[in-house]
Amino acid sequence: MASALLAATALTLAAPAMAQTPPNILVVGQIAEPASLDPHVSTASNDFRIAVNIYDGLVRNAPGTLEIEPALATDWTISEDGLEYTFNLRDGVTFHDGTPFNAEAVKFNFDRMLDENHAFASTGPFPLAFFFSAVETVEVVDDLTVKFTLNEPFAPFMSNLASPTGLIVSPAAVEASGADYGRNPVGTGPFKFEEWQSNTRVVASRNDAYWDGAPALEAVIFRPITDANTRVAEMLSGGIDVLLETPPDNVAQFRNDANYQVVEAVGPHVWYVMLNAKEGPFADVRVRQAVNYAVNKESLVTDVLQGTAEVSAGPIPPAFNWAYNEDVAPYPYDPEKAKALLAEAGAEGASLTFLVTEGGSGMLDPVPMGTAIQADLAAVGLNVEIKTYEWNTFLSEVNPGLEGKGDMAEMAWMTSDPDTLPFLTLRTAAFPAEGGFNSSYYSNPEVDALLDQARLATDPAERGELYKQVQAITHEDAPWLFVANWKQNAVVTSAVGDFELQPDFSLVLRDVTKQ
Amino acid sequence: MTAYIGKRLLAAIPVILGLSIIVFLVMKLIPGDPAQALLGSYATPDNVARINRALGLDRSWPEQYVIWIGNLLQGDFGRSYILNRPVLDEVLERFSATLILAGASLIICSVLGILAGIVSAVRQFGWTDRIITFFVLIGISMPAFFLGLVFILFFAVQWKLLPASGMYAVYGGGDLPDLLRHLILPASTLAIVATGVVARLTRAAMLEVLRQDFIRTARAKGVSENKVIYRHAFRAALVSIIPVLGIQAGFVLGGAVYIETVFQWPGLGQMLVKAVSTRDLLLVQGGVLIAATVYVLVNLLADVAQAMIDPRLKA
Repeated sequence: MASALLAATALTLAAPAMAQTPPNILVVGQIAEPASLDPHVSTASNDFRIAVNIYDGLVRNAPGTLEIEPALATDWTISEDGLEYTFNLRDGVTFHDGTPFNAEAVKFNFDRMLDENHAFASTGPFPLAFFFSAVETVEVVDDLTVKFTLNEPFAPFMSNLASPTGLIVSPAAVEASGADYGRNPVGTGPFKFEEWQSNTRVVASRNDAYWDGAPALEAVIFRPITDANTRVAEMLSGGIDVLLETPPDNVAQFRNDANYQVVEAVGPHVWYVMLNAKEGPFADVRVRQAVNYAVNKESLVTDVLQGTAEVSAGPIPPAFNWAYNEDVAPYPYDPEKAKALLAEAGAEGASLTFLVTEGGSGMLDPVPMGTAIQADLAAVGLNVEIKTYEWNTFLSEVNPGLEGKGDMAEMAWMTSDPDTLPFLTLRTAAFPAEGGFNSSYYSNPEVDALLDQARLATDPAERGELYKQVQAITHEDAPWLFVANWKQNAVVTSAVGDFELQPDFSLVLRDVTKQ
Repeated sequence: MTAYIGKRLLAAIPVILGLSIIVFLVMKLIPGDPAQALLGSYATPDNVARINRALGLDRSWPEQYVIWIGNLLQGDFGRSYILNRPVLDEVLERFSATLILAGASLIICSVLGILAGIVSAVRQFGWTDRIITFFVLIGISMPAFFLGLVFILFFAVQWKLLPASGMYAVYGGGDLPDLLRHLILPASTLAIVATGVVARLTRAAMLEVLRQDFIRTARAKGVSENKVIYRHAFRAALVSIIPVLGIQAGFVLGGAVYIETVFQWPGLGQMLVKAVSTRDLLLVQGGVLIAATVYVLVNLLADVAQAMIDPRLKA
């Protein structure tokens, strides 16, 4: 009754309601309100999608790849021993507040993050500062030259500089805003921060003086729309131009509609199930291989995830094309082979405990995926009992190690360098007791040695070779059930041009157009 | 009356204090902490310890509670760990959005519910009564979040009449008509169940009153039927209707949580859901405390209004 009356009211009030979004202004439907636009404070990809348009780093990933190219630094030299990185900075760049970008500014940025006694250390905390924990000192050589000295050779340093945590903020703005800097961000990027209206919008306008050429768009408006169904409804009703993280169930609907375009890109993401190698059936490599054969991953990515992911073959995602081993193919779906391996290992009919999360960053659709895996394992005679946890509880359960708690646990990672995931989760020295994330206690001295070597190699080609070997060995050892690499997706209206998703999950809008 | 209000206000203090302890303890006892939520997969023991030190979470619980309450009494609710913003700013901004939404639906459910209830009672067992009762039952039994999605589907997606979400247009707008257009769908969704409840109770209260002697007397004296119903009967029935409205006020405030999520209404409920999942302790504690205080005050207001109408309750 109330609705009927209100419907009548609506008709009279609604006349000027549904103007489409204006030309040259791009409205992006984000998955949440950003927490902070201070790139050193933030940890969420949601925030980084805005930050990469307001800031630049010393280096960046070339469009469409994860290869390093110059940004605020024009070129650099690395010392023989891999300890000194000297960057030549771009001349004539100013921050949006008019202050110059120079070597002093770079030093300020890293000192603030790394030195607990820095005058502006209290504007933190800086959760991801450990990306640069190898940095011993940052020195101003001259106005446009800056030198980083590391305490040990650390090859992922350049990728970390290209990650959002390496973006350069304006020291003058930090000094002016203090703890509120995250809501008043100032960078050198293609768009200038204009306004942040809580829970409604973040607006950034064109930086006409951008060193890499001013962008085509006049402004970008980021709107937070947490509920996925509401985000889809806003797209259909014309309230936004770009829809991020479309629910798998809705992708097909947009694909079949000429008014929209679905954009996809593989990302440096791995979804896997860790297998407890310390105790229980998975201590036997044959049982670990058996579950890799037993689970129908094709069906998981096409049916459960509706084609929003690809089957994964190992711990290094194909997005790191220079480090990815093309010769390692995913385990085929072969329940007969799985049964044979289980029989050989004497593990037929084993009972397993499987820790599953209800949701969480990068976890895709964890409960349906968990039950699908359970069903596939039941088909080869394994009894899997699922225990579900809320994400934070799940992490505090799994991160200290699976011993005494379970045989398998879901997990997913997104990283900026191929080193991060295997280094933190597959080394002997990364067992939880040592402060790492090797919660399934996989240990292979050969892998340990390769990973240590790869950290020291500053030549990308040489590093790539080492990771390819890691991939081949871990595939055989099967410390995990390798499942999926997520393809991030976005839907844009037909008015939007040159829209691309980046493999590092950022949202680079400097070349995007809109009619 | 002043003494009555004073007594009620004093009685609210231990309630709110007790609540502050419960909220604090619950947030401490659920697993996971802000450092872990911030760091996600990167939550190594070293990193967690470093962040906890920076946030002052390495102190003992009683120490943290005392510091929190001490600052609170000076009007300092602290800073949100995740949003990096003063808790009070965030909560007040969000709470005003919730009050607009809850207030609008309270007005809708009071006006429509009371009108429907009166008509229903006057036409007892007639066709009008039956039709109203039918809709009231549907309203009461329909899950509000589902109704919200249906509304969005028709009014926003199909007919493009009203915006699907948000409180203001993203560009331009920002004035009262803009706010009203954004308010219609969430406020009426939120009001539906409450309207049904108010209508049913109004109907019952009216029927009760209409059977009483003074009504018969009034009618015998030749007072017009309209006057009998709206002046005499309705005023008497109000005594039992007002406390129901007080309860409904609490109900719409509570119900706002999921309506805000469905319609992306930037209110307190939506904020609390997110703050709990990111273990944003100070924000949850501050938000719950302020909401509870307002809840206590609203109930007090309803009781006062009732006492003013019915002096027997003042004692």
